[in-house]
Amino acid sequence: MNILVCLKQTFDTEERITIENGKINEDGAEFVINPYDEYAVEEAIKLKEQHGGEVTVITIGPERAEQALRTAMAMGADKGVIVDLEDLGDQVDEHTIAQVLAATIREEDLDFDIILCGYMAVDDGSAQVGPRLAELLEIPHISTITKLTVEGDKVSVEKDVEGDVEYIDAKLPILVTAQQGLNDPRYPSLPGIMKAKKKPLTRLELDDLDLDEEEIAAKTEIIETFLPPKKEAGKILTGDLADQAKELVQLLRSEAKVI
Amino acid sequence: MQFRLSEEHEMMRKMVREFALKEVAPTAAERDEKEIFDRSIFDKMGELGLTGIPWSEEVGGVGADYLSYVIAVEELSRVCASTGVTLSAHISLASWPIYKFGTPEQKERFLRPLAEGKKLGAYGLTEPGSGSDAAAMKTTAVRDGDHYILNGNKIFITNGGDAEIYVVFAVTDPALKHRGITAFIVEKGTPGFSFGKKEKKLGIRSSPTLEIIFDNCRIPASQRLGEEGQGFKIAMMTLDGGRNGIAAQAVGIAQGAFDAALAYAKERKQFGKPIAQQQAIQFKLADMATQIEAARLLTYQAAWLESQGLPYGKASAMAKLFAGDVAMQVTTEAVQIFGGYGYTREYPVERMMRDAKITQIYEGTNEIQRVVISNYLLKE
Repeated sequence: MNILVCLKQTFDTEERITIENGKINEDGAEFVINPYDEYAVEEAIKLKEQHGGEVTVITIGPERAEQALRTAMAMGADKGVIVDLEDLGDQVDEHTIAQVLAATIREEDLDFDIILCGYMAVDDGSAQVGPRLAELLEIPHISTITKLTVEGDKVSVEKDVEGDVEYIDAKLPILVTAQQGLNDPRYPSLPGIMKAKKKPLTRLELDDLDLDEEEIAAKTEIIETFLPPKKEAGKILTGDLADQAKELVQLLRSEAKVI
Repeated sequence: MQFRLSEEHEMMRKMVREFALKEVAPTAAERDEKEIFDRSIFDKMGELGLTGIPWSEEVGGVGADYLSYVIAVEELSRVCASTGVTLSAHISLASWPIYKFGTPEQKERFLRPLAEGKKLGAYGLTEPGSGSDAAAMKTTAVRDGDHYILNGNKIFITNGGDAEIYVVFAVTDPALKHRGITAFIVEKGTPGFSFGKKEKKLGIRSSPTLEIIFDNCRIPASQRLGEEGQGFKIAMMTLDGGRNGIAAQAVGIAQGAFDAALAYAKERKQFGKPIAQQQAIQFKLADMATQIEAARLLTYQAAWLESQGLPYGKASAMAKLFAGDVAMQVTTEAVQIFGGYGYTREYPVERMMRDAKITQIYEGTNEIQRVVISNYLLKE
């Protein structure tokens, strides 16, 4: 079984985010595989262990993102592909990423029976790339899965729907996106880490792919980046209960503007 | 000169750190309190390849270097010094002499299961009357045909009781003094080999420390490690490398205590502001961080030398001496920063301070390290 995993390197979830000149400051930050993508990597390796085949991990990102591929390879993925879109600067959004991923899969002749992605990245949280990629490749997709079984070309998944579970049957080829609960990702073992460096890694740039820059240009624009407002101390109402209730309704209407 | 870890070393550190935080740290306080050795942690380390880091793949190891090994001991010790020394004794003291001096058959039979984490190793040198003066040991091994018969007691055996494979030292020819000492590999369960009392210790309480007893214990001559009379040299060379593991353990303990103290100093408010804003605390933190960094560099340097096949005895003695003292100082200051809370078992620094003390004592006291270092200096 040929398995592709699309992953993104993101800030370590425990990193403190700072903004400098309207951009998120990356200096000294620790980076990890996006946690949802890590579930996808784990599930891919489990599929390989069950059915044989090969796991290819693909990422789009700067040179540092190679580290995420190496980690996935240390966990058990067989080869990696990284596409550096430095030339595009900030002109990148989910549309761009999906287009580039689709082109990479096509042009690198990456055969696949199944594609796994995290359902979203913890940094921008768009949850779009997986479904967009499936559309471009003209294959079905199921998002936020918490269980995956493949037998022959039959695929059965359990999908998280706001706390409920949907049971869906489908067929290969397919793209699925991983929700928390799908599995418990393994640690990369030491022998795995030692072997990871020797596994093949393909480095591509935009020029290596047959893409029209205008076609893949971002369709959205980031107007402003800002940190959430600092949490202020809560207000405690005092006095007669009836008055308090009145004041609360007043505040909810005029200050919090929720009713 | 390069002061950056390779990509593999960084990945390994990350992996061990995550493993330590998720699988070791949560039970560290309880295991200390109840003096429990949890074999399942060792088993998991085996699955990840940590139990055979520096040995080649042919003998069941991972084929990484000694720097990888000290990084692993450091990261484990950062959350639990007992787990750190379990691995250190297993690799440096039990596995290393077999790797270095074992026959191919001994490597296959004893080193492979150690490397793969299927068996736990220990090392028996110290006796009631022979600590720093190791050559004064009384345990004897008398040749009897194809066997040796061992008699005597060894004390303070890390991993004792739980380990399956022991590298021990005994006198085969008393007339030759230290040149009459020989090394043996003994398996748990061998008739005449038993365990004595378990020590109740100040620190590293979830690492078992036992007495081991030989009472007419017959060992096949095929389990003699190296030649007759080579034992003292094997024991000393083993400790040269072992010191590096202890230096790493000390660095880890110090780092763990520093991390806790720094976080606490930022949170704890007195006189209307976090105590981290008091220069008295800031200076402590600056000194602690500087000492830890220096100890780490000495430790990594010694491990690097060993990985390169260069002489490392002096460097590892320096690393162990310095790092052990740093661990004691830093953990003491960490308790001081925590104040009264630091003296209680509500916070981990109390345990870390107790754990730190042993790093100045075992695998050669820090006084003996100074003897080792000055011997090198005078010879050079």
